[in-house]
Amino acid sequence: MQIYLFDGTTEGLLTAVFEWFERKPGKISLQTKDKHQPDAFYDVMFIHNDSQKASRVWKGLVQKLSKDWIRRLHCCCLAENEETWIALFQFCCNLFTTPAAIQYNYGDPNVLLLSQTAKKVEREKHRMEAFIRFQETADGIYYCGIDPDFNVIPLLQRHFQNRYADQQWIIYDLKRKYGIFYNKQDVQEIQLDLKMGLRSSILPATQQSAQESLYTLLWQDYFKSTNIPARKNTALHIRHVPKRYWKYLTEKQ
Amino acid sequence: MSDRIREKLNILADAAKYDVSCSSSGGTRKNTNKGLGDSHSSGICHTYTEDGRCVSLLKILLTNHCIFDCAYCVSRKSNDIQRAAFTVEEVVSLTMNFYRRNYIEGLFLSSGIFKNADFTMERLLRVVKKLRLEERFNGYIHLKTIPGASEELIKEAGLYADRMSINLEMPTEAGLRLLAPEKTHQEVITPLDYVQKQIVQFKEERKLIRNVPKFVPAGQSTQMVIGATPETDKEIMQTAHRFYQDFSLKRVYYSGYIPISHDQRLPVIGTQPPLIRENRLYQTDWLMRFYGFHVNEILNDSNPHLDIDIDPKLSWALRNMQYFPVDINTAAYKMILRVPGIGVGSAKKIVQARQFGRLRIDQLKKIGVAYNRARHFIQCADSPIQLRDYQGFQIKAFILAESQSKYLKHDLNQIKLF
Repeated sequence: MQIYLFDGTTEGLLTAVFEWFERKPGKISLQTKDKHQPDAFYDVMFIHNDSQKASRVWKGLVQKLSKDWIRRLHCCCLAENEETWIALFQFCCNLFTTPAAIQYNYGDPNVLLLSQTAKKVEREKHRMEAFIRFQETADGIYYCGIDPDFNVIPLLQRHFQNRYADQQWIIYDLKRKYGIFYNKQDVQEIQLDLKMGLRSSILPATQQSAQESLYTLLWQDYFKSTNIPARKNTALHIRHVPKRYWKYLTEKQ
Repeated sequence: MSDRIREKLNILADAAKYDVSCSSSGGTRKNTNKGLGDSHSSGICHTYTEDGRCVSLLKILLTNHCIFDCAYCVSRKSNDIQRAAFTVEEVVSLTMNFYRRNYIEGLFLSSGIFKNADFTMERLLRVVKKLRLEERFNGYIHLKTIPGASEELIKEAGLYADRMSINLEMPTEAGLRLLAPEKTHQEVITPLDYVQKQIVQFKEERKLIRNVPKFVPAGQSTQMVIGATPETDKEIMQTAHRFYQDFSLKRVYYSGYIPISHDQRLPVIGTQPPLIRENRLYQTDWLMRFYGFHVNEILNDSNPHLDIDIDPKLSWALRNMQYFPVDINTAAYKMILRVPGIGVGSAKKIVQARQFGRLRIDQLKKIGVAYNRARHFIQCADSPIQLRDYQGFQIKAFILAESQSKYLKHDLNQIKLF
């Protein structure tokens, strides 16, 4: 069996699918470069990213699949996880080799894994839309630092751009070390120098605007007064707001 | 200055918390004027309180001064509590600043009745107009319709609000007469009906002329207090059913009564709120809206109350064993939806997946079916052959034996002799 080694990007994956169809080697094992352990018995093929090959495969997918499924595949790519890459690869190969609409076969493990992974990514994206708490910096930019389980920033951009059209904001992925900045016109990808002290999702007091502490306080008050102690249900509370997100939440500080 | 606003927010948020509705779904307002805010069609819950309820809107009263004396309400005239009132500017600035920080989806504005209905409604209207017109706010606004307010005011408010609601308070007229002698159901029905007719009319006009403004795009809702008066579940759900039908309501909320008064007509302070009952009512509500059940199938004269130990769908299935077992590989979608342990998502997946071959148990489990529950009611490709037919009560015992209720700490599964 051959090993296909790719770089763990969408382009790499699509190129791998192209190469497979060019050679039809039968069953192969797909691995990412950073997880790969050299092996004496298997023959390794390096996949060199090629945007033309990748876009040909992508076009084929767009022709065969509905919009919903294209969105699902996009989400699965953002999951950045080895198991999902393999399922994506097998799904693409199956899709182009069989005439049937295999994407509806939820009895197939790849289809099920992809639809479940896409759901996980969408859930993480939705949680970010809910749990991001902007803080106004001294120079009037609304900032929030996040470290989501999946690389969801590309999915968040449109939502925040539409919503906060009249204010400048930054959403920064502290784990993947990049973010997006909106300047009231368009969104740019940025990389911050994190030595400035922006290591956590909460800004230090010195960098906050004058009003910020008042609204933080008001929000914490509101959160307390809107609770009904007679109905206390901590298990439900934690199920809805898992503890790993508490670090973002102003009301939980 | 900031201390006073904190105090007001504490009083007026505390008074508003008994309103259950916090949904921000169904809004269609888009940020077309480069202002602030854009609706999210399914709504977003920005946080959850420690009692597990979602917080998506800034839910406050404009004031808790009230001329009415309804026994079930904290803001009743005769209650000795701190009173406060926001100015229009204060509500607007709180909403804008909370929204800018992504704390909330929008505003839920209600109010005690001061002076009279029109005076109160006019104040509410001033807040929403300022938000929409001066601040270019496109977030979600849920506004209470004040019963008895003039139709012109209600109609104008509907142009700026996303959702409007009026609380029915008690599920039956008799219950309402007992606790709030000054109020009647008719006072709620008249404005609900008026708004509903306006919604329909605006929609018709929009079909002909595109720039007709939106009118209450997220529809109307209402709320009933449960457990303050001795209604049966049947009466409650039939009232809900009637309101869903007559006024195309988006939601009916059921709010378990939390004792707040020493009034002898009401449960005493310290009584546990009927949380399980409330949960069962919501489950029934969901069965009616998403699972194709008619209210009379679940609650009727022979079953006026919902079971506490099992959910209403399982309870229906156990009473109607003649429809089961359902063959997963051939049955209609409608019937698969009725199997306990299969939800809407799994039912849809099953119907699509079975075109590719007969489904097996392991596939059903992976799709997300609660198999331990569903297995008593279904057949699939590799179901084991069952030598005897079990009765409904035996299946119930099996299911209860292997499941742990999150509510019932003590075993209620005692032998019934009669």
